[in-house]
Amino acid sequence: MDTSLLDIHALRQTFPRADGGELLVLDGIDLHLAQGQIVGLLGRTGSGKSTLLRSIAGLMAPSAGTITYLGRPVTAPAPGIAMVFQGFALFPWLTVLENVQLGLEALGRPDAEIRKRALAAIDLIGLDGYESAYPRELSGGMRQRVGFARALVVDPNILLMDEPFSALDVLTAETLRTDFLELWGDGRLPIKGVIIVTHNIEEAVLMCDRILLFSSNPGRIIREIAVDLKQPRNRLDPQFRDQVEKIYEAMTARTPAPAKVGAPAGAVATTIDTILPRVSANLLSGFLETLAGAPYNGKADLPIIAELLHLEADDLFPVSDALQMMHLVEVEGGDIKLIDAGKQFVEAETDERKHIFQRQLLAYVPLAAHIRRILQERANHVAPKSRFFDELEDHMSTDDAEATLRSVTAWARYAEAFAYDDDTQTFSLENPV
Amino acid sequence: MRLFVPISVGGWPRIFSRWDIVAVLLILGLLVFLAEASRHLLQPLVELQHKPVSLDPANLPEYAARTTLRMLIAMVLSLLFTFTYATLAAKNKHAERLLVPLLDILQSVPILGFISITVVFFMALAPGRVLGAEFAAIFAIFTSQAWNMAFSFYQSLRTVPTELVEASRNFRLSPWMSFWRVDVPFAMPQLIWNMMLSMSGSWFFVVASEAISVGNTTITLPGVGSYIALAIEHRDLAAVGYAIVTMLIVILIYDQVLFRPLVAWADRFRFEQEPGMTPPRSWVLNVLRRSRLVDRLIHPFAALWRHLLLARWSKDKPLQQQQEESRTQRRWVAFQWAAIAIAFGAVAVWQLAVFVTQDITMSDVATTLLLGLATLSRIIVLIALATLVWVPIGIWVGTRPQFANVVQPIAQFLAAFPANVLFPVAVSVIVALKLNPNIWLSPLMILGTQWYILFNVVAGAIAIPTELRSAGANFRVRGWLWWRRIAIPAVLPYYVTGAITACGGSWNASIVAEVASWGDEHLQAQGLGAYIAQQTEAGDFHHIVLGIAVMSFFVVLVNRTFWRPLYLYAERKFRLG
Repeated sequence: MDTSLLDIHALRQTFPRADGGELLVLDGIDLHLAQGQIVGLLGRTGSGKSTLLRSIAGLMAPSAGTITYLGRPVTAPAPGIAMVFQGFALFPWLTVLENVQLGLEALGRPDAEIRKRALAAIDLIGLDGYESAYPRELSGGMRQRVGFARALVVDPNILLMDEPFSALDVLTAETLRTDFLELWGDGRLPIKGVIIVTHNIEEAVLMCDRILLFSSNPGRIIREIAVDLKQPRNRLDPQFRDQVEKIYEAMTARTPAPAKVGAPAGAVATTIDTILPRVSANLLSGFLETLAGAPYNGKADLPIIAELLHLEADDLFPVSDALQMMHLVEVEGGDIKLIDAGKQFVEAETDERKHIFQRQLLAYVPLAAHIRRILQERANHVAPKSRFFDELEDHMSTDDAEATLRSVTAWARYAEAFAYDDDTQTFSLENPV
Repeated sequence: MRLFVPISVGGWPRIFSRWDIVAVLLILGLLVFLAEASRHLLQPLVELQHKPVSLDPANLPEYAARTTLRMLIAMVLSLLFTFTYATLAAKNKHAERLLVPLLDILQSVPILGFISITVVFFMALAPGRVLGAEFAAIFAIFTSQAWNMAFSFYQSLRTVPTELVEASRNFRLSPWMSFWRVDVPFAMPQLIWNMMLSMSGSWFFVVASEAISVGNTTITLPGVGSYIALAIEHRDLAAVGYAIVTMLIVILIYDQVLFRPLVAWADRFRFEQEPGMTPPRSWVLNVLRRSRLVDRLIHPFAALWRHLLLARWSKDKPLQQQQEESRTQRRWVAFQWAAIAIAFGAVAVWQLAVFVTQDITMSDVATTLLLGLATLSRIIVLIALATLVWVPIGIWVGTRPQFANVVQPIAQFLAAFPANVLFPVAVSVIVALKLNPNIWLSPLMILGTQWYILFNVVAGAIAIPTELRSAGANFRVRGWLWWRRIAIPAVLPYYVTGAITACGGSWNASIVAEVASWGDEHLQAQGLGAYIAQQTEAGDFHHIVLGIAVMSFFVVLVNRTFWRPLYLYAERKFRLG
């Protein structure tokens, strides 16, 4: 059964940048969706996986390359491709029934048919009795069921899911996933193929037949992993754990850095225009302490520490990235390990910690060192935020530039490396005493 | 109540942009054009055929009905304007750059000064008939309602959540359908709130626009406004009293029958999905909802509406084309827009040049600027006084829910009440006590607009989270420290919103407040408002336009250099949550 539903060839997606240049978001994407498959797109923030999903949905035209659905290029929202959204995207002024009917109304079907099909979809997805409720009266799980019913009612061939369970609590998400997989396995859904964007590694292994791993900035497919486990899958099954572990490894593995001598394994050379992960200094020090304490004693398996700290991959990687960037830990083969500076940090008292943090920050985060140097060079030791913002914006999107400056500000404040005044939007060397 | 962003502060980050200049030129050009056209048309409309207005209270229900009808027609026009103008501004980037500053300048034009010009213009369109005067009155009311509605709609359209837009495109709603199913519902609660503000504000102008004298022509349309004008002429305090009572009743009726049901109905369009808030209720809406007859009457219309929504006005453009267009043709389209703006701007400049060289001298300009300063200083003093009085009271009331629930609707009602109805009472007092009009006429300017400060401050004080108040109490923050550190910062964004409305309204009110009469007693203060009123009476269109232009200039200047920075500062620093 190798009838092709969707083919993407050499897709490239760019966004205009503030300075008139282009920001490359997706590059060289090849994707093939066959009938009966669930394909997962897995990657970190900034890997362009949501952009890819929107391109497939026809919400965004490709900058280069082709997207072919059932033999025809996708140039506008295509009939037969329906989407489920992370934030549900329900219309709060429409009842459950009206929300589900909307897609059919847009097609101009006769009233009787609209009602019949909508009720059938509501029935299928387990929303019986909620027809006249407004979204605000429903729990998150029920809202996302409406999202599913609304997508399924138009009889799509392909269902696109944009992190559909990430806004739900763990238990509700699990129930919804199981229900969906059951309906899918029993062949009771009209859909012939599914593409799901996720940052949850276990979710990907649980649901997908194939997983595509994305790199960030720009997004490229770095690995394709076939999951051959039989449905229903068991999270505790050693084979399942093995798959999860492998993906962690693949996602933390980097091309060997042309780094300075003595750089910890896995570290990539950081430059001024590196997008900094958005993590607070508190979380960093808390993570280091946990890692140093029992039962890890300085070395942990990433999936295990993630689960115990209730951090999803998307929350964990920024932490490990930041720590690795500052040479406080090293990450290798799915393991995270404290190295010397990290050990010193954990053993130190508050003031000493700040001192170590400052040392690492200025040594290994070039942007922090850059800002501090500029401040030192200036007579009054003050520089406007816009000076650095403009500099960053030449290399990244406005949002990333903003986030990067926020991160470096937060770290520098903790390290007392320099100060920032939000009222005047200026950096300065003077910390209020 | 959500805090709504006034036009004067919500447009652009920069204080003045190139497009502001174009907008100013276009509006001045239009004013001059209308004035010039009207000047030549003034003669043939001396004879106006209609029943004279009488002071018999028995006529008041009819007058009230006519006045209300004018306002409702203007409201429908304002909605049409809102749906087209604001949509164009929100959906077309090129149009947006001109349309938004245009809106800001338009809302700064004092409507009362403008009425005389439009009256003549519209009457010339329908010479010798009442229809022209009706059009003019409705147009004046429209100009008092439309701008803030359009701006609120524009802002809503720009903040429709991306996911909703994507969902509507994914389910292939046509632009027409998604406008009505997504954009309009999303904007509805804010739009209705602005409709209420507009309706309240327009009472002031309806009263002023029904009885107008331009040169030797006096135009009276049967209505509450002209009834009051006649009562003033006859020094009939009792009649003024009847009119005030009528007004109260009308405001109460439309609040109950129109706006409360609308607010209750629009509650389902609220985007915030948190449960627990008590939804607004309306007995009228409940009756309508439960009535089978209404249900049956509505059914065919609802079906027809659903059918209309399916109409596809244009073929779906494939994305490819759109994006290519935006790449290769972007500059060309921008150029076309700029060319159109420049062309109109040039015509406006030419009009202005002809106009200025005809009749306006430098000393005229200097005089109006000086008079503007006089009015400005009055407004500054009055706003400062109102602030000193109403901010403490508003905070005091707002932090005591049992009072707030009573005071809030009263303050809103007072803001809706046309203060110019009360002017005669004040004037008779000033005349009787022989007070100095330069000082004592001034409070009239803020009589109707001070309530905006009060109810916004009350709303701000209500919005202080209980936790913050408890924290303050826990650390024993009291007295002046409490006001300085907790209360005033917390209400500042709300206060600024109210003060902007109050300030703009006071400029407008100065045109009727700086000149007031009671029978044949005429009181006059020195100011730009009085200047415009005099020129209107004299039918001197050139100087009316000069007065209006200078007043608009002051309004825009104060908004851009004082209120906008203050608002942005308050928003950034003190906005809670």
